[in-house]
Amino acid sequence: MTSTSFIRRLISLIRKETRQLLRDKSNLAVGLLLPMVLILLFGYGLSFDLSNARIAVVVDQYSPQASSVLSGLSGSRYTSVTGYATMDEAEQALRHNETDAILHIPSDFAKKVAAGNAQILLILNGASTSVASSVKSYVTGAIATASAIEADRQGRNGVGAGVTIEQRMWFNESGNSTWFLVPGLIVLILTLIGAFLTALLIVRERERGTLESLFVTPVRPLELVLAKLVPYMILGFIDLVICLIAAHWLFEVPIRGSLLSIMASSLLYLLVSLALGLTISGYAESQFQASQIALIASFMPAMMLSGFVFDTRNLPMVIQVISQILPATHFMSLIKSLFLDGGSTKLLLKECAIMLLYAVVLINAARLSLRKRLK
Amino acid sequence: MSDDARDVVVANNLVMTFPGMTPKSPEIKAIDGLSLRIKAGKMTAFVGPDGAGKTTFQRLVTGLYLPTSGSLTVLGIDVTRNPQAVQNQISYMPQRFGLYEDLSIQENLDLYADLHGVPQEERQKRFQRLLAITDLASFTNRPAGKLSGGMKQKLGLACTLVRSPELLLLDEPSVGVDPLSRRDLWEIIGQLVKEEQLSVIVNTAYMDEAEQCSHVFILHQGKILDQGSPADLKSKADGLTWVVRKPPAMKTRVLQAKLLEQRQYITDAVPYGDWVRFICCQQKDIDKLRPSLDQYELHSRQPELEDAFMLLLHAAQGYDDQEITDFKQITMPTQQGSATDQDKPVIVVRDLVRRFGNFTAVDKTSFAVERGEIFGLLGPNGAGKTTTFRMLCGLLPASSGFLEVAGMNLRTARAQARAKIGYVSQKFALYGTLTVEENLTFFGGAYGLSGAHLKSRIKMMQEQFSLSGSARSEELPNGFKQRLSIAAALLHAPEIVFLDEPTSGLDPLARRMFWYTIGKLADQGVTMVITTHFMEEAEYCDRIVIQDAGKILALGTPDEVRRQAGMGENADMNRAFIAIVENARHATHSAKEGSSS
Amino acid sequence: MNSLFFWLRRVGFLIWKEALTILKDPANRVILFAPALMQALLFGYAANYDVNNVDYAVLDQNHAHSSSQLLTHLDGTGVFHRIATLNSSAEIPDIISDGKALLVITFPPDFERRLSSGESAPLQVILDGRNSSTAGAAANYISAVVADFNQQQAGAAPAISLETQAWYNPNLESRWSMMPTLIAALSMMQTLLLSALSVAREREQGTFDQLLVTPFTPMQILIGKAVPPVLIGLIQSTIILLIIYFWFKVPMNGSVALLYTGLLFFNIAAVGLGLSLSAISTNMQQAMLYTFLLIMPLTLLSGLLTPVQTMPKVLNILTYANPLRFAIDLVRRVYLEGAQFSDIAFNFIPLLIMAIITLPLAAWLFRNRLY
Repeated sequence: MTSTSFIRRLISLIRKETRQLLRDKSNLAVGLLLPMVLILLFGYGLSFDLSNARIAVVVDQYSPQASSVLSGLSGSRYTSVTGYATMDEAEQALRHNETDAILHIPSDFAKKVAAGNAQILLILNGASTSVASSVKSYVTGAIATASAIEADRQGRNGVGAGVTIEQRMWFNESGNSTWFLVPGLIVLILTLIGAFLTALLIVRERERGTLESLFVTPVRPLELVLAKLVPYMILGFIDLVICLIAAHWLFEVPIRGSLLSIMASSLLYLLVSLALGLTISGYAESQFQASQIALIASFMPAMMLSGFVFDTRNLPMVIQVISQILPATHFMSLIKSLFLDGGSTKLLLKECAIMLLYAVVLINAARLSLRKRLK
Repeated sequence: MSDDARDVVVANNLVMTFPGMTPKSPEIKAIDGLSLRIKAGKMTAFVGPDGAGKTTFQRLVTGLYLPTSGSLTVLGIDVTRNPQAVQNQISYMPQRFGLYEDLSIQENLDLYADLHGVPQEERQKRFQRLLAITDLASFTNRPAGKLSGGMKQKLGLACTLVRSPELLLLDEPSVGVDPLSRRDLWEIIGQLVKEEQLSVIVNTAYMDEAEQCSHVFILHQGKILDQGSPADLKSKADGLTWVVRKPPAMKTRVLQAKLLEQRQYITDAVPYGDWVRFICCQQKDIDKLRPSLDQYELHSRQPELEDAFMLLLHAAQGYDDQEITDFKQITMPTQQGSATDQDKPVIVVRDLVRRFGNFTAVDKTSFAVERGEIFGLLGPNGAGKTTTFRMLCGLLPASSGFLEVAGMNLRTARAQARAKIGYVSQKFALYGTLTVEENLTFFGGAYGLSGAHLKSRIKMMQEQFSLSGSARSEELPNGFKQRLSIAAALLHAPEIVFLDEPTSGLDPLARRMFWYTIGKLADQGVTMVITTHFMEEAEYCDRIVIQDAGKILALGTPDEVRRQAGMGENADMNRAFIAIVENARHATHSAKEGSSS
Repeated sequence: MNSLFFWLRRVGFLIWKEALTILKDPANRVILFAPALMQALLFGYAANYDVNNVDYAVLDQNHAHSSSQLLTHLDGTGVFHRIATLNSSAEIPDIISDGKALLVITFPPDFERRLSSGESAPLQVILDGRNSSTAGAAANYISAVVADFNQQQAGAAPAISLETQAWYNPNLESRWSMMPTLIAALSMMQTLLLSALSVAREREQGTFDQLLVTPFTPMQILIGKAVPPVLIGLIQSTIILLIIYFWFKVPMNGSVALLYTGLLFFNIAAVGLGLSLSAISTNMQQAMLYTFLLIMPLTLLSGLLTPVQTMPKVLNILTYANPLRFAIDLVRRVYLEGAQFSDIAFNFIPLLIMAIITLPLAAWLFRNRLY
């Protein structure tokens, strides 16, 4: 008897939450439109792979040797080379952000090459290190090739000799940044759905006085929490499917782990994230506070601290600890692993156990915030 | 069976304290050592001034508050230990019922029926009946957020009544509900009590509602001031209640003011058509008054519950004469403009129409309001009063028609035009997180006051409305919130003040004070446009208009309107109102039937 | 003159009221200012593409002098930490997929022989590509170490060598280029939300009508509503700026006045956007969700995480509607490059256009809400 009335009340509350979710178009905009926009942005917009580095070249005196260096550079599809007559002009261009770097080939270059100790100066704009690093590696590569050709021409030893590196990038053979961004995107999207859509659910009812009426009914706090989770779980599930479809067909990211474990762990994380939103909502004093907290507690940490773009291995110890506290970090490492290397059972169990713990704790916290007492 | 079994609520030495506004300020005792028993199968009313602890008591009974000390048993269950067991068996309608505004009427009803576990077969019958009584049947698909304030209240009550509980708690259920619906609501409640032996506890500001209950508790500062059956309580005013007729040349409220000046003998005086009803402090006081009243017609009258309430309350708190005398010192600035301006109506409305989609909220309405007039806008919920109001204040554009306030259309007029009006909205609409003083400072500043002048105005308003400056506005009891709203609207001494149901939720004492203030201001040439659901308050108005379905049904002085309703000068306004609205509705109904056949 | 004074005094009351509703609650004060502090510290450490801590494993099938010499070279960098020495290639998958090591270096059995015979001696490096940017950076680092090693072995410099200088950031620390952008990015989120909630909250609580019947003009309401969030945004920016300068010691090359002028324009544009959102929202939930809907693309298309240059053409054009893109460029260039007004004047134009469109739009929407 009690369990049937529990189910009946729960269904009724779920129906109510679903209606409220569907009536306000802003929910759907954030729930469905935003994930798609993010997918497209990440798939097509965001890339660490600089494809068009602008290099200003100043050649004090042209020589065959200088030309061979330059042809190596301009032949690359990653760089576009513009000649400048003087260093002053080139430096001006760098200051005005018209070029990303300056390559200076000095006047005695040909002579020094012959002597085997030629130097080329590369000036980078350190204001944007990601551009600077890319430019540096392109130029280094081009120069090394030119140097080898020159050495070969002179018949000097040491080209083929020495240690060479045979590099193999596991899990991401082409070193493509999309492959590691897209699984991370799933984490980001599920975090957002959770925090943003649920962050106002309880505090709004409290502010509008609907909770007081609900409290004096046979409803139990847990029923209220569960009813608020279900519709958003479904919405999140739809987003998850969209993400997986996009990952597989649009971005052709390999899905090496089992689809089942990806789905299951994603749903578990979704639950954690929704429960986190509800907990914020349950304890915030006003909608204003809840929305600010949701913004601060969800999006930025998930983007910056979870290992999404910035590798947690590079972080100082304290920050690593903080990052480990975030549920997003655990799901991030799991989902990347599931996508790219198939994921070990051990990892799956460990991270899922952690997320389950979070889910239980947070759902309970949200339930306690709905204890039937007014402040 | 023990005694307790027949008592639905037993409280013993119940205390509920709240922390003060600031950590240093003293605790507030909302309920102060309350001991009482409430009988099963009866209707019990709690009345008392704002902040007396009525709402706190209901929240304690529902288990929403944990008492500081004392014991409280509800339906034989210790509610402090097992609130859920109590909540399973009771229904509760809080002051602000939590309707889901994005859900439709039907969906709100379904939700509460599901939560209370009302079986499907029983549900349909019940819904039909509730919807019929509340007049909501024709738009069950409309979202609750799109309903007028009174309709929301009715829907809230309908949601509370989806089942017959062991105990029904109603916290001011008829605030903002028009007289027709109020009569209907009380009929439902009365029927339920009779048919299902329902136990009801109701907080109310309407004494006629309390009179329908079998037992009344008068609460004051968290304590019981008095209790008994309405008849018992009424008898306390025996021989003290009188009525006096005004001479033809005098305004009723002038005579009322005259009477109220004799504070030492007269506890209370209210206008009633051409008459003023008053209560003496003691039996012998009437003899002392006779000399000053001998030019008027004087009769004794039957005491009502309100008389007893006023007497008890005055005795308990000692009437603050200061409020009245101070008020006279308020001087409104002399009105600008030429002498001809003085004679022109300050508000002119001709053929005003407002449509929302297919729905016509206000239909070809015309009226004019003279300077210094108290103009009452009456009508059932959803009649178009608030829409008319919002158009007058420039908050809503009219669909068509002519509209002029203080010589301008406020919607298109420059901002300075708005400086001439004051506005008190239906719902509390000042900044809840700010203190009383901060709110007043802001609104004073908004109207261009500043410096010492602003300070003195604020001080004056605070004294006049007994508002302490440091209290957070949202934490004020209802009545004080209302006072604050009115104070904010009067700060800049406007020419015209619009008040949308300013007395809803106010206790009788506060309403007296309010109308006294309004009368004084009108005498000084301030024009007042007021909506109200307390029909007896129409008596304070110089002229009233009754609106229904967007159309004007009656327009004139209270006596003229009474006559239009085919009633004598002694008829009470409530009945006159109901008669006019029902006749009009009946006429349109039969006209429709006539045209369709 | 006098009427201007009265006009401004009224606006002053509105600003005072706005500030009071936002800041009166101590919890709100914490929420508005503590996160800026915490985030600046956290992200200052986190926002780091530099690889300075690489765990690796070795599978040495040769066990020769040269292999250990190369490893000494590697360990000498201070960046590479050998965490395991493997015995067979079968151990490689586990150590990589568990994330214990970022890379595994394998010396083949004939490594020493090939090296001494002047042949090329291939060194196998297996990297964990799950984070391609870290892996790429580590690979580059190893290449540099190996090139250095080769040069030492050969005893001669290569025919052409490259000397690199980095302006404004000599050690190419990614923190230096990341952190100044936070001055704009972090404060934008909260100010945008703050302004988006302001009108929506008044609508939801019914106070907006009370405001509209007062003699305030839409312009006054606009200024009253815009000033507090702009100031709060600037205070947040200041907190972040101080942390960058004093805690992370990123040198500031530009003029503080120019930086603040830029931030002021940026904040006005952002607040204009927020107020417009607010004016079309019926309640706080909507205002919040629309804000979030906007914040995401604004952040991602700003150059905060990935350079604007690397974006495809279409998106690149879209970024012109993004105030944050220009603010980030402006802040970074003023802070690091010490740019003058003439260098960055271009950034002001979109910000100004944004403010000119959004602010009057918001003011109009106050009275004429779209249903």
